[in-house]
Amino acid sequence: MSYSVTNPSNRTKWFAGILVVGYAVITLMPLLWIVATGFKSPADAISYPPKVVFEPTMEGYVNLFTTRTRVTDERRAELGEPTTWYDKIVRKQNMYISGPSRYGERFLNSVIIGFGSTFLSMVLGTAAAYAFSRFRVPLKDDLLFFILSTRMMPPIAVAIPIFLMFRNLGLNDTHLGMILLYTAVNLSLSVWLLKGFIDEIPIEYEEAALIDGYTRFQAFYKIILPQAATGIASTAIFCLIFAWNEYAFAVLLTSGTAQTAPPFIPTIIGVGGKDWPAVAAGATIFLVPVMVFTIALRKHLLRGITFGAVRK
Amino acid sequence: MAQIRIENVRKEFGAFTAVQDSSFTIEDGEFFMLLGPSGCGKTTTLRMIAGLELPTSGHIYIDGEEVSQKPASQRDIAFVFQMFALYPHMNVRKNISYPLLSQGISRAETRKRVAEVARILKIEDILDRPVGGLSGGDRQRVALGRAIVREPKAFLMDEPLGALDAEFREHMSEELRALHNRMGATTVYVTHDQLEAMQMGDKIVVMNHGVVEQFGVPQAIYDWPATKFVAEFIGSPSMNFLDFHGMVGKGMTSVTLSGVTLEIPEVREGCNGDLTFGIRPEHINLSDAAPYKGLVTSTEYLGTTQIVTFDTPSGAVKARIASSETIKIGEQTGLIFDPRTITLFKRETGRALLSVANEGVLTHG
Repeated sequence: MSYSVTNPSNRTKWFAGILVVGYAVITLMPLLWIVATGFKSPADAISYPPKVVFEPTMEGYVNLFTTRTRVTDERRAELGEPTTWYDKIVRKQNMYISGPSRYGERFLNSVIIGFGSTFLSMVLGTAAAYAFSRFRVPLKDDLLFFILSTRMMPPIAVAIPIFLMFRNLGLNDTHLGMILLYTAVNLSLSVWLLKGFIDEIPIEYEEAALIDGYTRFQAFYKIILPQAATGIASTAIFCLIFAWNEYAFAVLLTSGTAQTAPPFIPTIIGVGGKDWPAVAAGATIFLVPVMVFTIALRKHLLRGITFGAVRK
Repeated sequence: MAQIRIENVRKEFGAFTAVQDSSFTIEDGEFFMLLGPSGCGKTTTLRMIAGLELPTSGHIYIDGEEVSQKPASQRDIAFVFQMFALYPHMNVRKNISYPLLSQGISRAETRKRVAEVARILKIEDILDRPVGGLSGGDRQRVALGRAIVREPKAFLMDEPLGALDAEFREHMSEELRALHNRMGATTVYVTHDQLEAMQMGDKIVVMNHGVVEQFGVPQAIYDWPATKFVAEFIGSPSMNFLDFHGMVGKGMTSVTLSGVTLEIPEVREGCNGDLTFGIRPEHINLSDAAPYKGLVTSTEYLGTTQIVTFDTPSGAVKARIASSETIKIGEQTGLIFDPRTITLFKRETGRALLSVANEGVLTHG
């Protein structure tokens, strides 16, 4: 057997494969559990030992998106027979649908605030990173350290001042307020990551564009941005994941119009008993956008997180 | 096409002075070499002509128009980068046509000009390829294509052959020179390779530590170096330097080195003190009868010629002589220095002593 540093032996490959599969199973288990629970009946959801094989039902999803009222005898005659599949599921519990739940709105809030703050973080972050990377900024190192230092404590440590500030500025429970807040938190990450990516792009590309008759801004827009796409994509994923999953500030600063999904999902439990399938359904749907976004950009993400690690 | 004039240009980066009060003129249609070791300020000078750096003081004129403080995009010059700097997200055709796009030239005209450039550079077959997979030579051609497609006032090239293999470099340098002869555009070319500068340049500026050491045609720079630095930098092996102490008066035609009187070109200025006697290896002949003796310490065979190193009373001397002459290590022989090619340098300043031969040498053009 020849020995090679770069080509692992078959035994090593098998070992690595088992390790990766084992790790994947362990990390995916809670995810599978959540997805499965969303399709269980409330009884199956809390049965012990847990049911791996069960009869799937859409009850959790129906409960998630509706508010329901108990059917009284007079009401039963008024309502007649259930016609749609979701009406039938609800009627089986001796309930009827009295209206939609707030989940749709909250989910939409999450989308607006999550993607809005990610977009803003990217625009401001790219501009700042470009300036730090290319121009002689006075006190550059101090400024960069200051930007990084905003990350050195958990953001929630400043919850009280932010709460007071928001109240005085009228930003409490507004989309704009949450977008600004998440952008502020994400900016340190985006400036630092993007500066690394832009540093890696040879300055000659821009100089070539300047010589070719383009302005500095055109050179940035037409040459640097396409080159930095990888970095921008991977940074955007990190920013979105933070803004999407953020819970503490959302609980503190939103209650109605701008409430995002994370603080809303736990409140489902309280409506008509411990409705775990509805909570699981809410969590499952909540996972989808970030997963789609990440999978769509995963090629960039893989290149992105290793980019710049090795000096070429 | 244009003349480029540099007047007292100075560039400081903080406390560091990259270029000190340089002046020279690049005539219309000249293939002009900026030569010097790394860090000598040649690239900074080129970048100031391009507008990628703005001079701290001084003036730059392109075609008679003062451009010192104008941005690069308004100077109408083309720049070929050492690493080519082809836009990686565009294919060859887009790369070449990109400078035309900024000028708002029509699509039909752009197509026509790109096709013409591709024909000149023989890259028609790769026009629709991405630039990523191209060989070094093809990248170089695309970079040139992007430069010539605009028909700019001047071409600026920053060590354009530096990234190529040695074998290919020679081929490309011929191609470049042929291209220049055909287009006749003013070209400023930065290199640290003295051979490249001698081969390709109509005129050369030699720089060191941000100072213009000499300005002139390759022959003059080789034959009549203005400073010891130029003498050392140009030629391989470099000029031989023999230190001596003595008095040289105006009108003298000989000096005494280790007791041997050697003929020199008539000196036009007097000097008393530490001097250096400079002679190129190519200008030394051997003769047993010659009074200045040397002991052979090593020989280097180079095909038609050989480099022989002698130990002489005033220091080591290298001579380039025909390979047909048989030389044995340990042999003693006499050295004849061709008197017309000798330069004396003041050791303190490194400046060449004026003589009949090098009277017209310019340190500023």
